[in-house]
Amino acid sequence: MIASSWLLVAFPALGALVLLVGGKRTNSWGHLLGCATVAASFVYALALFASESLSQAVDTTLWSWIPVEALQVDFGLRIDPLSMTFVLLITGVGALIHVYSIGYMSDDRDRRRFFAYLNLFVASMLILVLGNSFVMLYLGWEGVGLASYLLIGWYTDRPAAATAAKKAFLMNRVGDVGLAIAIFLMFKHIGSTSYEAVFAGIGDVSPGVVTAVALLLLLGACGKSGQFPLQAWLPDAMEGPTPVSALIHAATMVTAGVYLIARGAPIYNLTEDGRLVVALVGAFTLLLGSIIGCAYDDIKKVLAYSTVSQIGYMMLAVGLGPFGYALAIAHLLTHGFFKAGLFLGAGSVMHAMNDEVDMRKFGGLAKKLPITAVTFGLGYLAIIGFPFLSGFFTKDAIIEAAFGQEGWRGWVLGGSALLAAGITGFYMTRLMLLTFFGKERWRETTSADGREFHPHESPPTMTAPMIVLSIGSVAAGGLLIGGDTLAEFLSPSVGALQESHHGVLPHALIPWLTVLVSGLGVLGAWALFGRRTEGSTYTAVERPERVAWPVRAARKDLYGNALNEALVATPGMWLTRSAVFLDNRGVDGAVNGLAAAFGGGSGRLRRMQTGFVRSYALSMLGGSFLIVGALLLVRFG
Amino acid sequence: MTWLLALILLPLLGAVAVAFLRRDDRLATITAFAVSVVELVLILPLWLSYDPGGERLQQVSSLEWIPAFGVHISFGIDGIALLMIAVIALLVPVVIALLRSTDKIPEGKDVGGLLSLILLQQSLTIAVFAATDVFLFYVLFEIMLIPMYFLIGGYGGPRRQYAAVKFFLYSFLGGLIMLASAIGAYSLAADELGEGTFDWATLVQVVSEAPLETQIWLFLGFFLAFAIKAPLVPFHTWLPDAASQAPVGVTVLLVGVLDKVGTFGFLRYSLPMTPDASAELAPIVLVLAVVGVIYGSMLAAGQTDMRRFVAYVSIAHFGFIALGIFAFTQQAVAGSATYMLNHSLATGMLILVLGIVAARGGHTRIDAFGGMAKVTPVLAAMLLIAGLSALSLPGTNSFISEFLVLLGAFDTRPAYAIVATVGMVLAAAYVLWLYQRIMTGPVRGDAMLAAAPGPGTVQAPEVGARKTIRDLGLREIGALAPLVVLIIGLGFYPKPVLDTVNPSVEQTITAVQER
Repeated sequence: MIASSWLLVAFPALGALVLLVGGKRTNSWGHLLGCATVAASFVYALALFASESLSQAVDTTLWSWIPVEALQVDFGLRIDPLSMTFVLLITGVGALIHVYSIGYMSDDRDRRRFFAYLNLFVASMLILVLGNSFVMLYLGWEGVGLASYLLIGWYTDRPAAATAAKKAFLMNRVGDVGLAIAIFLMFKHIGSTSYEAVFAGIGDVSPGVVTAVALLLLLGACGKSGQFPLQAWLPDAMEGPTPVSALIHAATMVTAGVYLIARGAPIYNLTEDGRLVVALVGAFTLLLGSIIGCAYDDIKKVLAYSTVSQIGYMMLAVGLGPFGYALAIAHLLTHGFFKAGLFLGAGSVMHAMNDEVDMRKFGGLAKKLPITAVTFGLGYLAIIGFPFLSGFFTKDAIIEAAFGQEGWRGWVLGGSALLAAGITGFYMTRLMLLTFFGKERWRETTSADGREFHPHESPPTMTAPMIVLSIGSVAAGGLLIGGDTLAEFLSPSVGALQESHHGVLPHALIPWLTVLVSGLGVLGAWALFGRRTEGSTYTAVERPERVAWPVRAARKDLYGNALNEALVATPGMWLTRSAVFLDNRGVDGAVNGLAAAFGGGSGRLRRMQTGFVRSYALSMLGGSFLIVGALLLVRFG
Repeated sequence: MTWLLALILLPLLGAVAVAFLRRDDRLATITAFAVSVVELVLILPLWLSYDPGGERLQQVSSLEWIPAFGVHISFGIDGIALLMIAVIALLVPVVIALLRSTDKIPEGKDVGGLLSLILLQQSLTIAVFAATDVFLFYVLFEIMLIPMYFLIGGYGGPRRQYAAVKFFLYSFLGGLIMLASAIGAYSLAADELGEGTFDWATLVQVVSEAPLETQIWLFLGFFLAFAIKAPLVPFHTWLPDAASQAPVGVTVLLVGVLDKVGTFGFLRYSLPMTPDASAELAPIVLVLAVVGVIYGSMLAAGQTDMRRFVAYVSIAHFGFIALGIFAFTQQAVAGSATYMLNHSLATGMLILVLGIVAARGGHTRIDAFGGMAKVTPVLAAMLLIAGLSALSLPGTNSFISEFLVLLGAFDTRPAYAIVATVGMVLAAAYVLWLYQRIMTGPVRGDAMLAAAPGPGTVQAPEVGARKTIRDLGLREIGALAPLVVLIIGLGFYPKPVLDTVNPSVEQTITAVQER
């Protein structure tokens, strides 16, 4: 079965091709084809998973892709536990979100094209995780970037969507430069880009180069996964339709950075400095994301920053090396379930509320949207780490492993992860309370386009995927972590999971400490947003503008955008303008000046137009004399 | 007669025939199109009969021309020339099929004249790539300017005369300096062998053994001509004028193929003939190349006119090509050789699609457009595909070559490669910003909306009545389809092209690598 694993990619790729080339003719059944191709891949992946042992990596070469002398890049796939884990997540959650989109996009006259882009995304994402070399990964890497660009900019007539799409692609490209240079370094020092050869040869490379490769790969990972300093695009990406936010900007694509580093485990195992930087980036980003998540009133932006923060946890975990690779993947999987579920729930709320995203206009929606409220609630409990739900197992394991580091690292990494768990409890509870509980504030206001709200539960095509995902949110954690199932399964790809026996805090204490801190966050949010519903500015429809500076700063993304503006965008614009000026006045001016010196003014140059054929003949004649003269001189001189 | 000679002669005969038929627009167009299609079909036997592992030059034919100076009319191709000949054979029928959609023939001119000149241009361009006699190469290099001069000056935009003269003077001057070097090489051969010759293979042998100082002088003469043609910064300022004034179809041929004579010249003449000088002066060329990548990209981002935009995009891409050539590694040079093909496909398509956009809207100003994707979704998709190839997205043809150039250059010249890699980000910026301005947002701009009712009345832009703008028709989609297929096909399966150029690339760089 492994030999035909290319079918996994081929189904959705074919779907995208048929829907894009077929155009309007496929409108009536396009969405069904879109779902069918992803479902087919999922079924195939399940069969593969059930029938093969997967105890070691199996590479299949489809064709020779870029053969130039020493560089031989094959179009090849690698089936191993790590790639299969991702394939199941991508096609499984992907299929659910495709089904959800049938309902969510039913009013869009271009729904067929939407499914084409989703199929394109799934195909690219599968290439990303299945490729057997860093160049194949790069192909999928930019392919998902394209799909993300197309889908963020889906609502083409919204200028904000177009800007967000371009911003996402550009910031990703900045990261891609890192990935590209890492590949160049591999070829220069190892002579190959395939996983097999690179991992076999990385041990013979000088430590400086290994660290450089590790940090450059990290730059790529930061771009794709919305990690500091390249995080600013991800919240803006919420301009895309909500199924896109769920699939691409929560469950799958944005976790590709974590995949990259877990895949590069043999490289990161060799560089302690590289791992430490990864862990610190993760620790910093998980705090940053959770703090900003408290300040937004836009339900999707809160979830987006929550994603930034949760991926921060995963980055922190992969930065712990053999102590954390498997934990990161476990959290990635459970996060894929509960965050996709949360986004679909948010989409269901928006569907009910005229596409409104401002939580201050929600309130008390649990009564109107019971299924959404329950499924969303389960996702909420999973993410805050409620005992024995998914997050409890996977997030706490990461916090535990972080505290397991020795010295200041244990305190810094573990401390920030623990603190952020509390903040997560706060912002998620705030979101829950503002949306589903309290006063029905939507009765006294209207949506941005002036319509009244008439909330209603979503159709079954939308609720069914939400129900399935909420079951995953509840159960996945225990299944994966219990008895180290996932860690053992992944060990052929990322090595065995190690456990630290030192650490700065006793192990038995940490899970309960985490529950306590999260509980404090939940209580704090309840005190502000749940206890009193009348007359509180915290839950008022109008957003209070006179707020303390930390809130102001958080509302401005802790100045992440301002920093980008000041460091890149503004100087870039200025440089471009001066270059255009220079080229018109300077370079071309010098040339025209030279011509003027010879020809007596550029006006004369223009006036030559009428008699030019004659003068051309003259110069030809002159040239001919010159040539013959020179030749005669050389020949007979 | 070789297939190569047939490929040179057919468009020449076609040009004469079309010139005679030019009173009848329809007949002239059909004839020209038929000739160009037959020409394209003839590429097939040429491609099949070319053996990549065989002789350095194949399809060889030779005829004595000026015996006193050892000048021959001799032709032959290597893998790199084969690619360039194939791409012009592909582009000419596409250009002719789209002529009605991209260009308006100026008052008092007929389409037959334009088509006849295009075919003449095709014949001469193929001949330039095929010439294996240095003197013949020089003569064709200069003669090639004549039809282009008339194409720009006769059928172009409002400032066409200025652009045509500027183009001509630049190239002609460069050519004359190259002639000095060619004669220098001839005299070297005369000293060494007792008898002068312009035969390329002989001159390569003789000149490559000459002392460094002699080589440097000869190198500089050729280099200037090629750097103007290719164009490298700071010899580039003729291109934005020519590209913005020439008819759209002609710009495709100019930027897509004619300019490649410059980079082709680096590969065919500079590197093998003057290897010591190439190695010695490589840092200077590399600086110009990398400056071209960054500077061209920034200027592309800053343009307000779509025709000038394409010119600066090309300047950035020529920077990449030059970077690869003067990095002297197999990967980098193979990357440059395929970049020459892939740039023709990507930028050719970009020019054509933007030409259609401009013709539909009646403006070339970017800010005259907005929200066009809503009105013409297929046209928008075509612009996006061309743009994605221009920014070297993996999965498109251009990625393969840009990746090879950067990877190969990194091997020997990491600093230059790293700076050039920044060009990847800039390319994404200028392409996507262009797409955003023309295609997304609410429908707006002079090209999309009828003008306000009269002077003095203030009208919100979105209130104006929408003009009717047609999306692409079947003929237009059919003409662009081969480019789309190749852009994506060569992105996933570039092996046939790489296999064709690899041996030629190896032979091109052996001498310079040994130094």
